[in-house]
This record gives sequence, C-alpha cells and structure tokens, in this order.
Amino acid sequence: MLKKLIYSGAIAMAAAIVATGCAHKPVGVTPIPPRPEANVGDQTAPTYPQQQLANQSVTSQPLAENGPFDPSKWTQDRDALAANTIHFAFDSAVIRDSETANLQAVAAALNSDKNLNLMIEGNCDERGTEEYNRSLGERRAEAAREALVGMGIDVNRLHTVSYGKDKPAEHGHDEAAWSKNRRDDFVLLHPKTGA
Amino acid sequence: MKNMIKNLFGRPCLFGFITTVAFVAITESAQCQSAIPINPTIQIGLTPPIPISIEGFEGEALSVLEFDLYVQGFSIVPASQAQYHISGSEGGNIVGRLSGAQNFSRSYNGASIRREAHAFADDVVLAVTGKKGIGQTKIAFKAEEAGGSGEIYVSDFDGHNAQAVTADGAIVAAPAWVPGRLALFYTSYKLGNPDIFYSDLSTGQRRVLAAFGGLNTSAAVSPDGQRVAMVLSRSGDPNIWVCNTDGSSLRQLTHTRADDSCPCWSPNGRWICYATKIHSRRRLAKISADGGEPEALSTTGAPDPTEPDWSPDGKWIAFCSQSGDYFNICVMPAEGSEPVVLVSGEHPSWSPNSRTLVYNDLIHYHPVLSVLDVFTKQHKNAHNVAGEDSEPAWEK
Repeated sequence: MLKKLIYSGAIAMAAAIVATGCAHKPVGVTPIPPRPEANVGDQTAPTYPQQQLANQSVTSQPLAENGPFDPSKWTQDRDALAANTIHFAFDSAVIRDSETANLQAVAAALNSDKNLNLMIEGNCDERGTEEYNRSLGERRAEAAREALVGMGIDVNRLHTVSYGKDKPAEHGHDEAAWSKNRRDDFVLLHPKTGA
Repeated sequence: MKNMIKNLFGRPCLFGFITTVAFVAITESAQCQSAIPINPTIQIGLTPPIPISIEGFEGEALSVLEFDLYVQGFSIVPASQAQYHISGSEGGNIVGRLSGAQNFSRSYNGASIRREAHAFADDVVLAVTGKKGIGQTKIAFKAEEAGGSGEIYVSDFDGHNAQAVTADGAIVAAPAWVPGRLALFYTSYKLGNPDIFYSDLSTGQRRVLAAFGGLNTSAAVSPDGQRVAMVLSRSGDPNIWVCNTDGSSLRQLTHTRADDSCPCWSPNGRWICYATKIHSRRRLAKISADGGEPEALSTTGAPDPTEPDWSPDGKWIAFCSQSGDYFNICVMPAEGSEPVVLVSGEHPSWSPNSRTLVYNDLIHYHPVLSVLDVFTKQHKNAHNVAGEDSEPAWEK
C-alpha cells in the first residue's frame, strides 16, 4: 500500500491543527498531516437498477478533498522490515518493551537513507467487531508512529493505514493465529527515480 | 387478543375490537394512540410467537411468506393450532386472505411473485400487530471476497435481489443510508486509505466526503439527512467528528485516546451514541451532536459493548457485547439499563419499524447476514449473496 505524502507548508498546517485542537489535545498526540490536494470529487459507481425500484406500487407505500495516493511515486518494499513486525496484546495498542528492538531496527533503516518513507499498517485479530477493529488498528499504527517520532524520525516520512481485521496474516481461529494477527507491519517506501 | 397486542407493543390498539375491517381502516388505526406504560424490557426476547397457518402457497411465495412472518414474530403451525390462518393462491399473481381476529382478502399484481408475497406478508403483519411490515425494505452491506477486498451491495431485507453498488476491488466497509433517499455513505480503500464516499445510487455519481490522513470510516447520517457523524483520526487518534453532508462545518466531538468507534444518531438528532473506553473499560457513551461532555451509558452485565444502533422509535439501543472470543446481540432501553442478551452475532441494525434487527452471524467463522425479531428472539439467516456478508445497514 503506497501512500504519497508531499505537502508544502506541512509544519505550518500541522501547527494550525494543533493550535485549534489543543484545548482538549491529549499529551503526546501528533496530528496526521494532510494528504495532497487532488480532484477525487467526481466519480461514478454502478447504479442501482431502476427495475429494482419499478412496480413499487406494492410498496403501498472539507472538506477540501485530499488526493489519492500516487503509487507511481513509490516502490513498496515489504520484505526489508518483515522480520520487524511488532505484535500486541489482545485489545491493546500499547507497544510492549519486548518490541523496542524491532522499532529501533525500523528507525535504523529510515536513518540509513533519508529518502525512504515508511507505511505502518495496523492490524487486528478477528475477535472484535469490524469498525471497532478499524479504530484499534489505527491506534496500533499510530502507537508505532509516535514511538518512531520519539526516536527522532521526521513525522512527515511516516504514513499509517488501518486494515482492522480485513488482512489477517494467519487464517486460523486460535491464539496461535490471533497473536500473529495483532500487529503492525512496516513497509519501506523507496522514491521512484524521476517521479 | 387485545391483551396480547397491548403487551407486545406496550400500547393499546383498536384491533382487538375489530373483526372485519377495510384495509384503509387498518392503515389508519395503525397509528394507534398512546401509551399504557408497562415495563417494556421484559418483553424483549420473551414474547411468545403468534401461531399462524399457511395454505395454498408453494415454492417461492411460500418461502417468502414463511421467512417474512417468522422473523416478525409468527410461528408457522398446522391450522388446528393456529390463531390466524392465511390462505390464497399464486397463479401468476398473489391472492391472499387472512382470517382470525383480523380478516382481509386482497389481490396483488404489478410485480414479481416475490415482491407480491412480501406485500401480502406486510399486510398480514400490519393487520395483526399494528406495525408496518418490513417485507419491502432494503439493506446495504459489505460482501468480502477472500483476501479482504469486496464491494458494497444493496438487496431486499432478506438478501435477495442483491446488486453491487461499488466496483472498487478494494476493502470496503460500513455502508450507511441517507434517510429517505436511495443514497449511501460508505468506506472504501480504493484510494489506498480508508476514506468515506457518498454515492447516489440512482445516478451512480459519487464524491469523497472524507479523505484525510489516517482513518476515515463509520459514517452515520442524521435522521434529518443533513449531517454525518464519523470516525476520523486526522487529529492523531480515532475520534468522533461531525459535518454537514457536503463536508462543510466539520467539527471534532470527542478527544479521547480510546479508539472511539461506531457512531449512531438518536432519532431526534440530538445525540450521537458511540463506543469508547472510560477508565480503561469499554463503554457506550453519548454526546450532544453539537458538542459537549460525553455521558456514559450503563450496560450492566454486557461487557465490552460496541456497534450501538438507536431504534427509529427512540426506545431502544441495540449493540453487541463480548462473549468469550465472539459477540452477542443485546438490546436495552435507550437511557441505558440492564440489557437483554438475544443471540450471538455482530453489527445490529434496526428495521424502520423498530422491532427487527439485521446483523451478521458467524457460521464456521464466516459472517452471514441474519434477521432477528427482538421480541420473540426468532431469527433466520438471510440469503447469502457473495463471499462473506457483514456490516448490514437497514434502509430507513
């Protein structure tokens, strides 16, 4: 999953968001930078066929839109950090001490080449409702993002996406599978030359 | 019979006195007046079904009648044990008769046998219970293929006549109807990120409502169709936000670090109920749609509540609660109280008449849609559409 994040004035914009939200802002929360502007407004989707509606006499009765990803700008490397996937306890987005070495490895990879960006993919096991898990997966991705920012990585190089329980790593229905599915995967993003 | 109606719906109806009625009279008296207060909660899950017999139908018409009546609180029994009898024929069109404490005879035409049978079942439900039936209503849901991607579908409430209304080839989720319109908001990963789209199903036109950095999901449209509540994480954590349906007047309502999820509206549009965590425990809470302090709702005995849905009549909140590794469907009075645990399943959505829920059950770990009568606890799986069907939303 590629996510292109190029924005001018990002620091000013992030600061503006922090300023407007700071009355209630929990400590240690970093706003997510906006995505690039692009026109994704007008699209089409399949219509619902009118014959399904016919003969229904028997029914007697911001948001400036932000842009799409531009996968052409990035090459995904899912293998480089595959060994550094971090795992979570049930219903938790707290990064355990035992995962610190993995996060340090991820930070080291990013520090080795300042052109690299990172996609953090938050995932959950199947025990939990879908939208609840989508929020929990987001919190897991953001927990890693916060930790990497704490290790000195520029927040603008870090992107997150939550897949909830839609992308399990293992398809079993026991703790052995579930413990592997409660995870953040780290995907290195290489800028394409000429992009 | 009069007492039964009163107990079922907590209010007296005229029907108990009427033996022969014109259909118009039934329709008018369906808005039965008001209100002898009894404790309504005790009826949830415990009301006995109304025994009814069916004669003269077979095939598709029979299966429609059996399904519709069963999931609306009737038990299909032999004539000797029945309180009501329905009979008729299906020679190209449905002719139906109801006899018992209520009587009518009607012919149906102008549509498929299926749709005519739904219309007949609706008339039976209205005559016997005073509630408008659900046979001709629609649902939206996600159908997921192996590997996670899927499409949003719209179908009849029983899963038949399904039609894909997206062609995204991506993870999709959380369809939500615009009340009174053939239009949906839903989540799609089409752009590589969970974003909220609006789609007019008549024209096929769609637009992005929310494509901010981070999570954009769980749209819920206000009863007046003017505002959308949703989950965004653009400020750094998944929180409840609200905006107008065109995206203007965006406002953050909650400021927790508790993975807020699953907003729904009270039918008067004043409140948004959602799932959150308070003092490290999963709770349901409600917050004014105009902002303010959240109020926790009591769900005593139902741990880890999520996925609330407020009934259109304002009386109930359905939600699901953790049970071991999976979930149960629960219903409680909307002010918060001891919930009634009904069946195993996830993601309940109320019918327009506030009596039935569509939800997803799990069969061998695969979600299937199911329809539940909350008073009798009778439930049946809907017709499977494609892959794994989940996150149903009942058209309002």
